Amino acid sequence: MCLGIPAQIKEIVDVDNQIAMVDLSGVSREVNIACVLDDTYQSEDLINKWVLVHVGFALSVVDEDEAHKTLKILDEIGELSATMDDLDQGSK
Amino acid sequence: MKYVDEFRDPDKAKKLLKEIDKLCSEITLPEDRPIQIMEVCGGHTHSIFRYGLKQLLPDNLEFVHGPGCPVCVLPRSVVDNCIRIAEHDDVIFTTFGDAMRVPGSTKSLLDVKAEGGDIRMVYSPLDALTIAQKNPDKRVVFFGLGFETTMPSTALSIMQAKKQGIDNFYLFCNHITIIPTIKAVLDSPGMRIDGFLGPGHVSLIIGTQPYRFIADDYHKPLVAAGFEPLDILQSVWMVLKQLKNGEAKIENQYSRLVHEEGNASALSPIQEVFELREFFEWRGLGSINHSGVKVNDKYRAFDAEVEFDLKEVTVTDPDVCQCGEVLKGVLKPWQCKVFGKECTPEKPLGALMVSTEGACSAQYSYAQNIDLINKK
Repeated sequence: MCLGIPAQIKEIVDVDNQIAMVDLSGVSREVNIACVLDDTYQSEDLINKWVLVHVGFALSVVDEDEAHKTLKILDEIGELSATMDDLDQGSK
Repeated sequence: MKYVDEFRDPDKAKKLLKEIDKLCSEITLPEDRPIQIMEVCGGHTHSIFRYGLKQLLPDNLEFVHGPGCPVCVLPRSVVDNCIRIAEHDDVIFTTFGDAMRVPGSTKSLLDVKAEGGDIRMVYSPLDALTIAQKNPDKRVVFFGLGFETTMPSTALSIMQAKKQGIDNFYLFCNHITIIPTIKAVLDSPGMRIDGFLGPGHVSLIIGTQPYRFIADDYHKPLVAAGFEPLDILQSVWMVLKQLKNGEAKIENQYSRLVHEEGNASALSPIQEVFELREFFEWRGLGSINHSGVKVNDKYRAFDAEVEFDLKEVTVTDPDVCQCGEVLKGVLKPWQCKVFGKECTPEKPLGALMVSTEGACSAQYSYAQNIDLINKK
């Protein structure tokens, strides 16, 4: 029910009615962008941005930096594990 | 980056699982009971089963499937009222597909459609608004349900109807709110949940601040979590780390979409169109104060509850139904007397078997065999 899918905004179709065309897993679809317009983003600023789409509405802009940070943490967890394993191996 | 595949990397998952294993072996709970983490959102329940995450985690870690499947907690009386509305000759009743098969006291919306009722599945409330524009001689009703994630879409659709002077569009509002629901879970007798995975897409609307009471007053950790397998595993790891360190904090794993203060542009239409109900009746959980919203007076012309003569009758579930116990985490889906027998996704008796996000349906579809083996 709360399912959301990341999609990339391709063009602004209707500025007054806040409608944009997005690429949603290869499918073009119109979505409402009222919830992602604010002081930071006017409609034209949104082109090529990734948004989370839920029932035809873009609900939030994906923060690319934060996504990279999360992936980096995940990498580091792995590295830590690998180092510990090496130490374990080394001590045997 | 497409923000999907990157969060499904099996190598990263394996390393996370190793860390989770380690943490689980380091946490000891009284009475030697398993660590219980509740995933509040039905979307998480679905992902956990779909990706088989449960089978990858240590035996002393259990998921408790929370109440965050809006279709599953719909009381029969609401479905009966949908049918009452849909049976008017001049009504086109529109709904998300999830709600079509939820059983009312005698039939579902799908049954009414089969009998000739004009019931249409839509992807978005805006599609319902378009149907209203194209059918000016009909009354078009949209069945609004869902948590805060879905509220901005229905609120904005009503605001657009008002702006465009569309006077044959109505909302049958059954939206529910997450905070009183989590509080009801925390207050329920015998509650043993050690930590929560917070609903990611509700959180991107409301932010993480409203969860503070869970840490401050109940001393439980909550991590706002995304929906891909790595998101869920990382969030579990974050909850476990807190448990190991004896901490209770509100953390945010889904920081690519969720901000502490939420999304003001999405909250503002909610505040414009809705007001809190005194209480809302939940299937399985009973009445919870301030857990639902209704259309406010300013937009009353679009309120289906004002337009149609609806009944407020409490309709109890069939005696054999144990959805309530499963929702509260007291019973596992397969422990219900009718699970997989009288109650299946093809012919659901209880609502948890209807939606793919329902604990029973997810268990039946993805993990039935494994759990039957475990049960032996």
